[in-house]
Amino acid sequence: MKALLALADGTVFRGCSFTGPCETAGEVVFNTSMSGYQEILTDPSYCGQMVTMTYPLIGNYGINNEDVESDRIQVKALLVKEYQEYPSNWRSQGSLADYLTASDIPGIEGIDTRALTRHIRLQGAMKAALSTEDLDPDSLAEKARQSPDMAGSDLVKEVTCKEPMLWQDGRFVNPGIDLDQFQWPDRPGSWRVVAMDFGVKLNILRSLEKRRCTILLVPAHVDSKAINRLEPDGLFLSNGPGDPAAVTYAVDTIRDQIGRRPIFGICLGHQLIGLALGGKTFKLKFGHRGANQAVKDLTTGKVEITSQNHGFCVAMESLKDPAIELSHINLNDMTVEGLIHKKIPLFSVQYHPEASPGPHDATYLFDRFIKMMKGHQGR
Amino acid sequence: MPKRTDINKILIIGSGPIIIGQACEFDYSGTQACKALMEEGYEVVLINSNPATIMTDPETAHRTYIEPITPEIVAKIIERERPHAILPTLGGQTGLNTAAKVAETGLLEKLGVEMIGASIPVIRKAEEREQFRDAMSHISLRVPENGIAKDMDQAREVAERIGYPLIIRASFTLGGAGSGVAYNREEMEGLAKAGLDASMISEIIIEESLIGWKEYELEVMRDFKDNVVIICSIENFDPMGIHTGDSITVAPAQTLTDKEYQAMRDAAIAIIREIGVETGGSNIQFAIHPENGEMVVIEMNPRVSRSSALASKATGFPIAKIAAKLAIGYTLDEIANDITRETLASFEPTIDYCVVKIPRWTFEKFPGAEDMLTTPVKSVGETMAIGRTFKEALQKAIRSLEIGRFGLGSDTPQSQESRPDIHEIEKGLINPDSNRIFHIYEALGQGMTLKRIYELTRIDPWFLFHIQQIHDLEKRLRHMAQKGFGPGKWDLELLKKVKEYGFSDVQLASIFDTDEQTIRETRKSKGIEPVYKLVDTCAAEFEAYTPYYYSTYEQENEIRSSGKRKVVILGGGPNRIGQGIEFDYCCVHASFALRKMGIESIMVNSNPETVSTDYDTSDKLYFEPLTREDVLNIVEQERPEGIIVQFGGQTPLNISAPLAEAGVTILGTSPNSIDLAEDRDHFQDLLKKLNIEQPENGIAVNKEEAIRVADKIGYPVLVRPSFVLGGRAMEIVYDQVDLEFYMETAVKVSPGKPVLIDRFLEDATEIDVDAISDGEDTIIGGIMEHIEEAGIHSGDSACVLPSISLSREILEQIKDHTGAIVRELDVKGLMNIQYAVKEDIVYVLEVNPRASRTVPFVSKATGVPLAKLATKVIMGKYLKDLGLTREVQPSHICCKESAFPFVRFPNVDTILGPEMRSTGEVMGIDSSFGLAFAKSQLAVGQKLPLSGTVFISVKDKDKKASQGIAAMLHDAGFKIMATGGTSAFLLDHGIPNQRVNKVRQGRPHIVDMIKNGEIDLIINTTSNKRAISESYSIRRAALAFDTPYSTTIAGAKAMALAIKSMIESEFGVKTIQEYHS
Repeated sequence: MKALLALADGTVFRGCSFTGPCETAGEVVFNTSMSGYQEILTDPSYCGQMVTMTYPLIGNYGINNEDVESDRIQVKALLVKEYQEYPSNWRSQGSLADYLTASDIPGIEGIDTRALTRHIRLQGAMKAALSTEDLDPDSLAEKARQSPDMAGSDLVKEVTCKEPMLWQDGRFVNPGIDLDQFQWPDRPGSWRVVAMDFGVKLNILRSLEKRRCTILLVPAHVDSKAINRLEPDGLFLSNGPGDPAAVTYAVDTIRDQIGRRPIFGICLGHQLIGLALGGKTFKLKFGHRGANQAVKDLTTGKVEITSQNHGFCVAMESLKDPAIELSHINLNDMTVEGLIHKKIPLFSVQYHPEASPGPHDATYLFDRFIKMMKGHQGR
Repeated sequence: MPKRTDINKILIIGSGPIIIGQACEFDYSGTQACKALMEEGYEVVLINSNPATIMTDPETAHRTYIEPITPEIVAKIIERERPHAILPTLGGQTGLNTAAKVAETGLLEKLGVEMIGASIPVIRKAEEREQFRDAMSHISLRVPENGIAKDMDQAREVAERIGYPLIIRASFTLGGAGSGVAYNREEMEGLAKAGLDASMISEIIIEESLIGWKEYELEVMRDFKDNVVIICSIENFDPMGIHTGDSITVAPAQTLTDKEYQAMRDAAIAIIREIGVETGGSNIQFAIHPENGEMVVIEMNPRVSRSSALASKATGFPIAKIAAKLAIGYTLDEIANDITRETLASFEPTIDYCVVKIPRWTFEKFPGAEDMLTTPVKSVGETMAIGRTFKEALQKAIRSLEIGRFGLGSDTPQSQESRPDIHEIEKGLINPDSNRIFHIYEALGQGMTLKRIYELTRIDPWFLFHIQQIHDLEKRLRHMAQKGFGPGKWDLELLKKVKEYGFSDVQLASIFDTDEQTIRETRKSKGIEPVYKLVDTCAAEFEAYTPYYYSTYEQENEIRSSGKRKVVILGGGPNRIGQGIEFDYCCVHASFALRKMGIESIMVNSNPETVSTDYDTSDKLYFEPLTREDVLNIVEQERPEGIIVQFGGQTPLNISAPLAEAGVTILGTSPNSIDLAEDRDHFQDLLKKLNIEQPENGIAVNKEEAIRVADKIGYPVLVRPSFVLGGRAMEIVYDQVDLEFYMETAVKVSPGKPVLIDRFLEDATEIDVDAISDGEDTIIGGIMEHIEEAGIHSGDSACVLPSISLSREILEQIKDHTGAIVRELDVKGLMNIQYAVKEDIVYVLEVNPRASRTVPFVSKATGVPLAKLATKVIMGKYLKDLGLTREVQPSHICCKESAFPFVRFPNVDTILGPEMRSTGEVMGIDSSFGLAFAKSQLAVGQKLPLSGTVFISVKDKDKKASQGIAAMLHDAGFKIMATGGTSAFLLDHGIPNQRVNKVRQGRPHIVDMIKNGEIDLIINTTSNKRAISESYSIRRAALAFDTPYSTTIAGAKAMALAIKSMIESEFGVKTIQEYHS
């Protein structure tokens, strides 16, 4: 089925739908990972975005029940060069097309994804509309322009959990009670972590649990008092979609929490820390999305290959407090990849130590968080 | 960490001659490393015996030793040069092994020479399997169940423990030599024995068979600060059981989820750390169980390799260059990524295309060798193709192979009768051979299901499905063809799809029973033309500055065409016997020369191993098949002044006429002259006109004609098909019976083309001449005298420059003839002529109006860069203006010797003949012929003895000549053993010797003695078929027991001279920079 992708600037790309009729709009971004499409599709940080994979052959190993980062597909659409209808892998439980179709998410193939990627690189990430019904370039480009802007939009509310949930043994256990009555399960030796859910990737929770954390995931809008009542050993701030500047309520909560207990933020969580510390964020031209981004840990001088997915970035010069240090830097464009506070237990990274998809080079950060909680035990 | 300043002078060890398992990739890697170190201000000392390399060009290193790569010679060089460090990881297994041996002597310690890149303990840990197994178990990784055996008893014991089938591999060997799969006890016995023999340390490993498991490779790099990156993942199309060098491979990995890929990545990083490779690249191979994902580590190579060259070309990331920089102390984050400029080498390349590599085999060159792929590698070259889909890359790779196929199926007229039956196909699928990919296609054609094909081949269904898609589309097209619904009537979508699937115009022409040009015009009239995309290491995330392109059929064309003067150079495609690194060398020189002249050089080639396909060799690189269609597309895109076809061997020459017809300007010698030289009749007329002798000859297209021609000329005759390189299917025929047999069977090589019949000049001296002409002046580049007599293929014969036996008159005659022929053919550029001299008559054997295989050798011998000069001449310069006014006569003696792959092919006779079978060459330079020849022998692994026993058994014709040789060796203190006739003859002529039994004469016989190590040198010449088959076991035993041997009397004489020289004086070592100054 013929499909048309029209960007807001009028550029069009032609392809075919491998998931049936569709029409949708959103920001188009590219991801340079050669594997991990299922993790990408289910990553809540992609909420509101159409993702194009730069690797041309997608669907190769099918889909399975394990490699998910949330309970549903989060992207608006998947744009590829050639869909692989014959998956082959011993863990495969179905085809990508069926997976997308079941969630009514369009999958488009036949797109010159390299041309699309180059266009985004040169012109910046932009809004686009996709349709199998409206194949008129002008009309579709107009729909792209009419769609909501990424900058200034709070997409966290779309993906955050509706009520608190406990993560245990690799899955959510809904306590079914409100936070006032919540009791931490009796698990000697485990770390009690409250995780603010801005669209958390499950592998973060898996990574923390592996390090003996009991995690209570709370909606993004819970206030600081509620967190204080829970008396966690540490606070974790998750990744998530959209413009951090729009999530003002969470910034307030975080500002109040800073200094009270060890805090670790990833991706959007990191950006929100930046804002809570009085800094500013800005939108990158086309963002960092892939599994090969080189980041240097300035404390050790070592380079790690990281998984990334972000369109916004903390402006280092906007952070005036000399106690806030740049801990990690992106070696490609020298942007901020990590912050650490010299006086209070607080650190954050822009990239994804939980990988999934991507390399495991940065998993030490979870250990660092545990160490930080250990250091503040009983204080 | 900045680069090290405590070291300044670095010795790099090259890999020597091109052999199976060790080819051009080490020239590519070595050249990159030399350049990188020179750029950094280090003094680079190089040893490599292979003159056909860019690496051994005088500009590539400061001090270049073209000397045999043996521990003794390397030690001499170290004593002379006193380098601060040795970098052993760039010269393949040869470089690594030689460095290890030198280190064992304690010399490095004594002189304070540091080994950088990989230390001896690291090399041992990676290569000695017991140590490797322990290391892996230390990091909880599984290696196949295995055991070591140092003798047959241990082998039996281990085999019983593991059970069958099992794999036997020899420790410390090249490309898996001495390895194989044993399904039963009997096979185990044979393989274990061969493996123990092949191993440098008499050790084999017997291993659990993982046949049918999925096979993967990762290219890993590490720096001093323990930063580790993965450059490329490779998935083998052919599962475990076939050497990765003989497997079709694909990059990146296709059928791993990210979870599984990351587990493999973690393992690779843990391995490089555990083994302790401090800096540089390593190749790590894994096997994955197809049904449960279990991962097993197969092996690790702590050095650059064939796969790292492939990975470099597949990603654009220059592994060898970076490895060299890491070795001198840089870290990955201190090195810029050349391609993007703004980013650093510390990242992992990501690619947005699919890469397919297919090996190139030459089983047809080795009658008796079984076309069967197993654990030891047998391919002589490879081709790589890039496409946006696997289907496109696969079909492009097939047409890049230059085996007469233009894609997968539908490239030849279909005839039902000739199709194999289903049982044959099944056999072809079960027993992998060089045509497996075509068997799969045929199986689909006969309705075999994917499931069944998978069961028989264990090739992942993901790959098979793509082949089925190609097949289904072909079927659809054939259906349309039947209905007369040709491409002119198609909708655009279908035409686009066909090209996206990688179908060539030739395939379409075959399906629609028309010609390629018609398809091309139809396609173009509908606007279906290729676009070109960049290989940029980063999937377009950053801007790329290196112009490395591939074609595909898609929306956006990224070509940035300049308005500059530009010229396209056509490369030689995959390495094969007869067309190898020598031609790549010439193409690279052409490119360098063009760039120097300010002309944009545009390289087209499909060989991933080479320097020509390095992204910074030319101003632009097109990694494309060398077919008319693909080249025309590039020409239309670039609109160059013209194309140069004379450097890439026969490949570009073969398409030069069709290209010229299509309006492409061929620079240099005109296509008409090329035709004239290759057209027998015209060329004969030309020689007659010039009054130059040629062996009597004729042409025949069938048996009867052939007999008539041979009767007229007289036997023996030399027969061969026209238009082939490397003497394919060339034979000397002594009688009518043999001639009939030849005409019936061996003409398949170029069907439809006539067979050429020449009088065979027995015992003539063969001469090779390379000359260069600008249309006005012709200068001789070099006159090489072959050691072996005419009749041995010139590519297999050893030769010496300058000539050592020809008279001044004969040499003058040769020069005059050369000048006359060059003028008559109006050659612009290079030209090669082969002559035979018999009884003071000079005959012309063959004229090639192009660069020859000997151009690099001549250039290294004389210091005259022939290919560069030729390029300038082609572009309109004159030799006198370029400073070349006369032939350069070196004061030293240079010998070229050929390297043969016989060891790889059991059941193949090592006797030399008119069919070329060598894969590579070496050069020996010294002050006398004896020493230069001795060096050339040493460089190909023939360790000539200085004392001991020589065995002589020669044909009657050679008896007289053998007398002098025997006398010389006798005087040198050798004991002589000979078979009946030879023994008697020598005794009659006063040379004491001991008679030994031929094999059929009862035991103990000569083969027993060889096996017992009682023979140190073998001289064995034979003529007729019976004698050849009788003495076959002698030659194979010589090969197996590494006993030096000669199968020609001329070769034997040269060996005797060499031995004499070696007894009288020791080898010296000297750089070519010194020789040329």
